[in-house]
Amino acid sequence: MEAFGLLLQGFGVLLTWKILALMMVGLILGIFVGVLPGLGGPNGVAILLPLTFTMDPTSAIVMLSCIYWGALFGGAITSILFNIPGEAWSVATTFDGYPMAQKGQAAEALTAAFTSSFIGSLFAVLLITFLAPSVATFALRFGPPEFFAVYLLTFCSFVGLGREDKHKTIISLTLGLLLAGIGMDTVSGQLRMTFGSTELLRGVNFLVAVIGLFGISEILLTMEEKLALRGHTASISLRTVWKVWREMPRYWATLLRSSIIGSWLGVTPGGAIAASFMGYNLAKRFSRDPKSFGTGRIEGVFAPETAAHASGTAALLPMLALGIPGSGTAAILLGGLMVWGLNPGPLMFVEHKDFVWGLIASMYLGNVVGLVIVLTTVPLFAAVLRVPFSAIAPMILVSCAIGAFAIQNAMFDIWLMLLFGIVGYVFKKIGIPLAPFTLALVLGNRAESSFRLSMIGAGGDLTVFWSNPLVGTITTLAFTLLFWPVISALFDRGKRLLLPAKSERSGPA
Amino acid sequence: MPRDSGALLLCAMAESEAEIVVEDPDAPAADSPAVTSIRTVDMVVSVLLVGFAALMAFDNWRTGMSWAFDGPQAGYFPFYLSVVLAGAAIYGLVTSYRSKSEAGTAFVTRDQLRRVLQVFVPTLLFILGTQWLGIYVASFLLVAGFMRYVGRIAWWKCVLTSFLFTAAMFVTFDVAFDVIMPKGPLEAAFGR
Repeated sequence: MEAFGLLLQGFGVLLTWKILALMMVGLILGIFVGVLPGLGGPNGVAILLPLTFTMDPTSAIVMLSCIYWGALFGGAITSILFNIPGEAWSVATTFDGYPMAQKGQAAEALTAAFTSSFIGSLFAVLLITFLAPSVATFALRFGPPEFFAVYLLTFCSFVGLGREDKHKTIISLTLGLLLAGIGMDTVSGQLRMTFGSTELLRGVNFLVAVIGLFGISEILLTMEEKLALRGHTASISLRTVWKVWREMPRYWATLLRSSIIGSWLGVTPGGAIAASFMGYNLAKRFSRDPKSFGTGRIEGVFAPETAAHASGTAALLPMLALGIPGSGTAAILLGGLMVWGLNPGPLMFVEHKDFVWGLIASMYLGNVVGLVIVLTTVPLFAAVLRVPFSAIAPMILVSCAIGAFAIQNAMFDIWLMLLFGIVGYVFKKIGIPLAPFTLALVLGNRAESSFRLSMIGAGGDLTVFWSNPLVGTITTLAFTLLFWPVISALFDRGKRLLLPAKSERSGPA
Repeated sequence: MPRDSGALLLCAMAESEAEIVVEDPDAPAADSPAVTSIRTVDMVVSVLLVGFAALMAFDNWRTGMSWAFDGPQAGYFPFYLSVVLAGAAIYGLVTSYRSKSEAGTAFVTRDQLRRVLQVFVPTLLFILGTQWLGIYVASFLLVAGFMRYVGRIAWWKCVLTSFLFTAAMFVTFDVAFDVIMPKGPLEAAFGR
């Protein structure tokens, strides 16, 4: 009940004309970047981040998170109308969304996508409202060893559970951690890896890296593609909305299932993609008529959209409560918070109560306003695709440069941004994942200082990471995840040795 | 008179209202020859990473990478990170050397490289221009020039769009919010 009161207070903070206006601007900009070819969640937030440097923290984070919601909504528009998934997690939406558009049911498909996104987000926001404070309270008891164990768990889960080549994930992680270490050592105050350069004294700024890695590299990658497209337009009438909404309760099981899967996977890194496919596949399996999936079934739009958005929103839960982002975009939002000296984590719930609850309240309000905006303005945004890319690309480049410069007023940072743009372009093409790099860069210093603080506390004794059941469990879990591919391979081998007579695929009936 | 058709993205209104069709006549051809393979780039990147790791390891060894009585020294963490990075990069070097699938996949085709350079070179010039002319003049030149030479859009549209965009940026950042941006002789002439 305490959460409820605080939430109401949060709404009180938001209900000013200024914030509501910023919210609308954020949502519209977000949908805009979501619709544009090649741009999406993390890129959009990274590019538009500089716009918020001029604001107070509350307005800024409200606007940023609204850009994020907008980008999520916008991805569905191109998936359904043009069969172009803006993001990997929109791929599953195209399976049934595009066939529906071809059958002339584009408006229904869009309404279904927007409404289910809204439901998925709402589910996850409710989860955040009631779970995040307890997680934060619990985490208040964490000391440096516990925090280090949690950071370790995050890094290890990328290596163990990621679908990319293991050595490429490790390269991405260690490179990010190394770059995070450049500059002044936070514990001893010593300079390291600066090679006498005054520019490197400040270290590699996370946001500069992100703008380059996601913004510039994405422009380069988009230029490589064939930019021609062909698709449908649609305008949504009130009658269509009503029709879809009336049909919706019949699919409550799908919606609930996808919400739960999404929220669960969202808390773990990189979950939104897995969540959307899993939501889709499970809806197909539990359906009485699985064969009709892929031919334009409305359920095939509900399932992945709900899961993807529940996951995208749930990724903010560990970020707020523990300071550990659950997705690349959440990492960028975390970096955005750090610009104002706000350190997400358990202490934020105590020290910046107003701010946290304002943010949570903005998630509710942003999603409601977003739903209304997308439902009413779809034709407008579909038309954005007619604007030539040769006009949009240079404007995005300029915005990136302005953003990179504004962070520390340094020309050097613009060059650094370009360098990261090239790195991001090459890495994406040779399959080195960028998400671990982003996360390592933003968490590197905290991970290192919590490790060294626990070493100072324990007199250099490494067993401190197994000194109590809590930290011991997390550390052990981290190592299990790190070696998960090896462990599961051993298990399989063991099983085959035990059951030599059984043929390969005779598993459970 | 220049043809008013965006070569990059030609905005063609479709006959029927229910369709949006955008053409891209300049698109990279699917059969364009590969400039280099994924394998080559992967190997080059691995070598560069090993070099970078060695440099970092050396610097951290200089800073102090041993274990003092109260825990690790400043260079300890980064030193071992460089070792892990070098190890992973060497492993990557060997696997990509052996990989047949990577050797057969194009990293970038000639047509694609041409298009990438179409953005990259103007960006480079823009950043250089920012140092001498200030960001606002440079951005006006970038947007107008890019639209004109890459997009082949009518010049008056390029100048107008670019001017409006730059003016909006100037008003937002310089006039309204007082964000410091690199400026050049033009701003100085107007006393800003």
